[in-house]
Amino acid sequence: MSTLAVPALITRRGRRPLPGFGLSLGLGLAWLSVVVLLPLAALALRAAGLGAEGWLRAIQDPRVQASLKLSFTASFVAALIASVAGALVAWVVVRYRFPGRRLLDALVDLPFALPTAVAGIALTAIYSANGWVGRYTEPLGIKIAYTPIGITIALIFIGLPFAVRTVQPVLEALGREQEEAAASLGASRLTTLRRVVLPELLPALLTGFSLAFARALGEYGSVIFIAGNLPYKTEIAPLLITIRLEEYDYGGAVAIAALLLAASFVCLLAINAIPLLFAHERKGARRDV
Amino acid sequence: MSDVRHRDDLQEPAWLRVALIALAVLVMLSLVVLPLLMVLGAAFAKGFGTWLESLTQPDAVSALKLTLFTVAIVLPVNAIFGTFMAWAVTRFEFRGKQLLLSLIDLPFAVSPVVAGLCLVLLFGSHGWFAELLREHDIKILFARPGIVLATLFITFPFVVRELIPLMQQQGADEELAARSLGASGWTMFRRVTLPNIKWGLLYGVLLCSARAMGEFGAVSVVSGHIRGLTNTLPLHIEILYNEFDSTGAFAAASLLAGLALITLILKFWLESRHGDALAKSHRRH
Repeated sequence: MSTLAVPALITRRGRRPLPGFGLSLGLGLAWLSVVVLLPLAALALRAAGLGAEGWLRAIQDPRVQASLKLSFTASFVAALIASVAGALVAWVVVRYRFPGRRLLDALVDLPFALPTAVAGIALTAIYSANGWVGRYTEPLGIKIAYTPIGITIALIFIGLPFAVRTVQPVLEALGREQEEAAASLGASRLTTLRRVVLPELLPALLTGFSLAFARALGEYGSVIFIAGNLPYKTEIAPLLITIRLEEYDYGGAVAIAALLLAASFVCLLAINAIPLLFAHERKGARRDV
Repeated sequence: MSDVRHRDDLQEPAWLRVALIALAVLVMLSLVVLPLLMVLGAAFAKGFGTWLESLTQPDAVSALKLTLFTVAIVLPVNAIFGTFMAWAVTRFEFRGKQLLLSLIDLPFAVSPVVAGLCLVLLFGSHGWFAELLREHDIKILFARPGIVLATLFITFPFVVRELIPLMQQQGADEELAARSLGASGWTMFRRVTLPNIKWGLLYGVLLCSARAMGEFGAVSVVSGHIRGLTNTLPLHIEILYNEFDSTGAFAAASLLAGLALITLILKFWLESRHGDALAKSHRRH
């Protein structure tokens, strides 16, 4: 960001050589304010109006507690599984050559592109009792649709592209020299992967995890069909927001929303902090995250 | 990478490679491809005639129209304002730029339902602008403007986020040259900037359109689900599904899935054909 030639020119000539600063920044800020900041400010003020006590009372409601626990747990597990599966897919696509590799690579983006409601009804149909997969798991006593397992599967689906697409560019940029050096010093392949490759990938893995987790926490469309939406059992926090809204319990809706928003802020902060953290720790290491 | 000589200790054993590839393919098949096949399978389960009939029902047609109407507003707005914003951020230094960049990313992290709730707090019957809207008899919530605003919120970062890294990589040299040769601001933009960013812009618009067509959570909160009036295609799917009209729901879903596939194909084409004109992370060579 600091490599632009513009600031130097501004100071040297005392005027901006490129036009449109006021116009572009003004229009950009107006757009940001109307579309994003104003609505968020409404939520923030409304949440502040609840006061700490009112907020706590709304959050401590057992039904809210159950939904938050479910949302956080399912999102965490899903992001973890998506990270592992995503790393595997990224590794295979970058390092190996096989027929259909490009197609596999392109398919990774499908969950990004497929509308969430479409994914939601498709996953439900697959995993319900007479679905393509459900009909084989139900006789074994494993219910997937309308249980937390189903919710987690939907969230893995949503999180997978984030995991793959953050690890993939790092893996592509990773030179083979260090691996060659480790191997020539007698390290086994496994040791090389664990001691050389994994540390390089770690920041990207963590970023991918945070992205997948943040997305999963707020996810609505792909989950509500497969969740079954039983209060205390399979009701996710975003759904409870809409239920509170339909009950005209604005305070209750705002309390949950404020918590989810705070959680997304923490994720966003973590995502921004991860590269800095690792850059400090491993000076001079390649950073493409 | 094929020019690297693979020694035995630089490569996993063959059986492991095959196993990993098989596992990755299995993951993708079961997690990603299976739902797509399910949509197509269920949509055409009762034949092409039923599929076409489901899609030509008045409710489905008006849902499709509303979705296209929303996209037709959201795309140009994001493209135009996104270009302005990217220009300001990549060509000038100013205070608070880092903060601005974080704010641009914000909608990525906000739950769609929370976004919808924010709009209810602004325009709902007890919202900030409730009085004003009543006085002037303007309906935003449970009407088209609400749906457009919700979609604008959700899709806000898509175009800017493509343009910023791209314009940063390209630098301002060519634009400075154009200016020093006497080009006006508009000429410089039209002859230098726009040709440089057009593929990146298209890429961003593509991602944006996929999300705009499919947005569900935010729109669901503000739409009110009025049939034939404020139902977008994804909401139409939900209603049919909850009414146990599985074939109808999957028919509408197949339409959206088809649009998603077209988006992916275009995206793939852009990446392999015009990869040099996209931000670095999207180049696939």
